[in-house]
Amino acid sequence: MITALSIILIVLLVSILGGLIRVLRGPEPAERMLAAQLFGTASVAMLLILSRVMAMPALLDVALVFALLAAVTLVCFVVLAAKGGR
Amino acid sequence: MLLDLLALALIAVGAFFFVAGTIGLLRFPDTLCRLHALTKADGLGLGLTCLGVALLAGTAGEVVRIVLIWFFVATSSAVCGHLIARHVRRAANAGGR
Amino acid sequence: MVEPLLLFDALLGLAIVALAVAVLTVHDRFAMIVLFIVFGLMSALAWVRLSAPDVALAEAAIGTGLTGALLLTTLHHIRAAPAAPVPVPGGVVVANLGLCALIFGGLAFAFLLTPLQAPGLAPAVAQNMAASGVGHPVTAVLLNFRAYDTLMEVVVLLAAIVAVWMVERGTVQAPAPVLGEIYRGFSRLALPAIVVIGSYLLWVGAQAPGGAFQGGAVLAAVGLLLLLGRLYRPQPAHRPFARAGFVLGTAVFAGVALLVAGGGRLPFEYPAAHAKTLILLIEGMVTISIAVTLAALFHGREPEAVPVSEKSE
Repeated sequence: MITALSIILIVLLVSILGGLIRVLRGPEPAERMLAAQLFGTASVAMLLILSRVMAMPALLDVALVFALLAAVTLVCFVVLAAKGGR
Repeated sequence: MLLDLLALALIAVGAFFFVAGTIGLLRFPDTLCRLHALTKADGLGLGLTCLGVALLAGTAGEVVRIVLIWFFVATSSAVCGHLIARHVRRAANAGGR
Repeated sequence: MVEPLLLFDALLGLAIVALAVAVLTVHDRFAMIVLFIVFGLMSALAWVRLSAPDVALAEAAIGTGLTGALLLTTLHHIRAAPAAPVPVPGGVVVANLGLCALIFGGLAFAFLLTPLQAPGLAPAVAQNMAASGVGHPVTAVLLNFRAYDTLMEVVVLLAAIVAVWMVERGTVQAPAPVLGEIYRGFSRLALPAIVVIGSYLLWVGAQAPGGAFQGGAVLAAVGLLLLLGRLYRPQPAHRPFARAGFVLGTAVFAGVALLVAGGGRLPFEYPAAHAKTLILLIEGMVTISIAVTLAALFHGREPEAVPVSEKSE
């Protein structure tokens, strides 16, 4: 069970690292932001799986904080972009 | 045992959707297409992962927290997708004039 | 066969180093910020793998909620008021290089000298847990066994906001950004939820991972969202309340430390019967201070009656 979950964790991590190519290439800031959003959700999934693998329910609180605050950076980006300068 | 297998299958399918989302992010031609790939994939991927982990959870308190996590990620990624789409449309309008 | 979890750890470690290199070398400043946000996500996962959920919580709250927003605002600021890059004198470069080398050398020295299987201070903490007044070792260490250091950390935040208020002044007259109906509905749901979770983290800190810094950082995110949506506009008249918020944590922390002294006790030596109450009082006040200070740092200026144009913001 643990082994299988660990392999899934590796798959998720590799998928995040692959997505970094989009961050590097861009070209739109909105796309870079979107990629960060996807990584945030994938990290929540990884934390959920880790809470089982490591038998540490406290990790659910970490995931909860991620889930709640995920929007803050993106809202900041949209507000600043609407203000101009870009 | 059966429950474990079911949970594992759900989590594995969830991870598959994350990978699909990343591929969409890399391969699709423009921002809105990428947004489309991403919002579906991470919504479904995280939903399935939550379901799988909830099946493995030890206590009711953990299940409640997992449900909350799913709920907040679902709402906030929907709102974020909406905000990004608005932003892209507005930027396109401003550029077209 | 290689243990898959070990492989995961190795990959995570490599990813963090690679991200650090990428952040420093990439040319697009926006990509730099996004990479740094991802760097934060990965380090939170690394802290989790090191079995340090407290640090992971702090990293999650600050990394996802605050750092990204702060850096984006900074970038906006730089773009709005483009300044010609000032050439850095060679002496400064050499001095900085020297300092970096010194720090690196010191860290390497300390790392190499550490015995591989040291017992550390964990047994000493475990022995004295009963006297600490709380059930979670990290909170016991932070608020009791090394409270003096923690007080200094709170003072650092206070110093930061004092400096920011000295540098930048003014109020923003810009209209509220149009984020739409859907966002308004979302913020009605999310803001109270963030307040509840922030308070929960503060409360749970006595038994489990959580505490003042984590709770405060989560609550600060509420301040950020209010400021971003212009639901709250800082006014000159609000300054006394803000100032009270900034010093509250430091004042209560130091006050309690001094008041318990005397009668054979040292400062910070809480009487065992009241230890839990005092720690909760300090943590509560420090949480408020951290939340107010971080939100004010994001706002980045003292709200004085000088109107600033959006350009120079």
